[in-house]
Amino acid sequence: MTRGNGDAAILVEGLTKSFGTVQALRGIDLSVPRGTVVGLLGPNGAGKTTAVRILTTLLLPDGGRAVVDGYDVVRQAAAVRRSIGLAGQSAAIQEELTGRENLELVGRLYHLRWPLARSRAVELLDQFGLLEAAERPAKTYSGGMQRRLDLAASLVGQPRVLFLDEPTTGLDPRSRLGMWDIIRSLVADGTTILLTTQYLDEADELADQIVVVDHGLVIAAGTAEELKSRAGGDVVEFTVPDRGRIADAVAAIGVIGEGAPYADAETGVVSIGVGGRGSDALVDAVRILDGAGVVTRGLALRRPSLDDVFLTLTGHAAEEEDQPGGRRRRRRGGRAGRPDRADAVRAAS
Amino acid sequence: MTAAAAAARIADTPSLRVRAGWVVTDTLTITRRNLIVWMRIPAYLMFTLFQPVIFVLLFRYVFGGAIHVGNQGGYVDFLMPGIIGQTAGFASFATAIALAQELKKGVIDRLRSMPMARSAVLAGRLVADTLRMFITICVLIAVGYAVGFRFSNGALPAVEMVVLATVFGLAICCISAWTGLAIGDEETVQAFGLIWVFPLTFLSSAFVPISTMPGWLQAFAKNQPVTNVIDTMRALAIGGPVETNLLKSLIWLAGIFLVFVPLAVRAYRRAS
Repeated sequence: MTRGNGDAAILVEGLTKSFGTVQALRGIDLSVPRGTVVGLLGPNGAGKTTAVRILTTLLLPDGGRAVVDGYDVVRQAAAVRRSIGLAGQSAAIQEELTGRENLELVGRLYHLRWPLARSRAVELLDQFGLLEAAERPAKTYSGGMQRRLDLAASLVGQPRVLFLDEPTTGLDPRSRLGMWDIIRSLVADGTTILLTTQYLDEADELADQIVVVDHGLVIAAGTAEELKSRAGGDVVEFTVPDRGRIADAVAAIGVIGEGAPYADAETGVVSIGVGGRGSDALVDAVRILDGAGVVTRGLALRRPSLDDVFLTLTGHAAEEEDQPGGRRRRRRGGRAGRPDRADAVRAAS
Repeated sequence: MTAAAAAARIADTPSLRVRAGWVVTDTLTITRRNLIVWMRIPAYLMFTLFQPVIFVLLFRYVFGGAIHVGNQGGYVDFLMPGIIGQTAGFASFATAIALAQELKKGVIDRLRSMPMARSAVLAGRLVADTLRMFITICVLIAVGYAVGFRFSNGALPAVEMVVLATVFGLAICCISAWTGLAIGDEETVQAFGLIWVFPLTFLSSAFVPISTMPGWLQAFAKNQPVTNVIDTMRALAIGGPVETNLLKSLIWLAGIFLVFVPLAVRAYRRAS
């Protein structure tokens, strides 16, 4: 099988893992061609981190098989470790050490001689815009700088396959954009990257291929465009300022769509997929809402986002409510006409 | 790719000899890192150097007057071996806390995903903490001399006492390493440490003669490892029968290493 997929940097077949009675992974399949970025997308608890921990030899799988850079993660774990880099959810750096010392330490543990460990450290500090802060203890760094230093540490050993577990979780928007630029430049150098994220825009922005994971299963895979087209064409969206009228709006608007409308009780945003009917549906929406006497704001037709994809596939929103870092909340509660999971999975296949 | 980057690529599977060498160099690298970190955290320095000194002064001048001991040289000679043993036990807190912190922050994940010697993280931690403890013991002896303590049994037994105290501290560090890795949360680790280290060190012959305790407590105090080790240290420092206590101490220490080193290693392998 490995040879059949000789060009895959990461190959995963039927991977399972349970913690007690909790099934974290229920049979994941994955194939990532060399030099590409795959985005593992899913909410908290979907199994993303478990998958990364198995692929980076930190955790043994219960069943199935995983091959990274041609090496089996269980039987050839030492070889896998020579091929990979890992940057986790938190900055795994030593705060009392300076930026330079942190990278030199990692270099020494990759068995580089001192002069080489030092020049590699300086080179990476330069690349990541940390040269000026090189002699300062890492605890004086901002969150974004710490995350960059952590990412730099994961690159000391020149990994062929890089695992980034939620690389921007908790970062402010500016630091996120900086991180994205860095990740793009790594891709340009030919590194294969597996990236996990809860952020749809991040996967959209960075990944060649997106794999949507929920409850330990892959429920969809494809390019961002493929997944969007699966969400059923265009979307009519509007806001109902009077929260008391949301239910009326949902009841009235249903006739123009192909599926059930989504409504967020908190923000008053209502959206409905209208397939290929586009502007006709928009005209209908104006007429129907006017007829129902519901006042709306910002009525518009838009292309589906990955949010819509996620809702279509899983029946729940992609991002958790308690996410840190001042990002726009996208939780959409109170979905009308929620399909059962079997429908969602069928829609994905 | 730059020259440094190209050279940073790891060659193919190294030989057994090369990997055995890595165990040593990686352990030294981690040890060095731990010692640098220790020196840069003022609280750790205080905890390792000043707190034991305060204990010496407290027991020597505040409580000591009320505690009657039979040996020549008085309470200060009784106290010093005890306080050295107690300090070695307390020093192990730092081991557990540091490992729990590294685990929580993902430092251990990072290190375990690298092609370094896996044993080096634990070994480097234990080597650094043992060195740290050795420094504390030396400081304690110096302070002891300043407040009237004397080794009255000769130089060689004095050295043997320091060695025994250090090995004992290392054994307690192994227990702490296991708790730190198995629990993985620094506050819980700290609370749990108090629960077992406090009774073990205070319900012993460290500060008072066991004969002054009630009978039911004596049964525990007489037969626990801290008492055996401290009685041996005391005999080495100021004279007295060594053999029986030394034998008991060595059996306890061997038992601790045999049980807790594998437990700590297993907790490290499974750490998540």
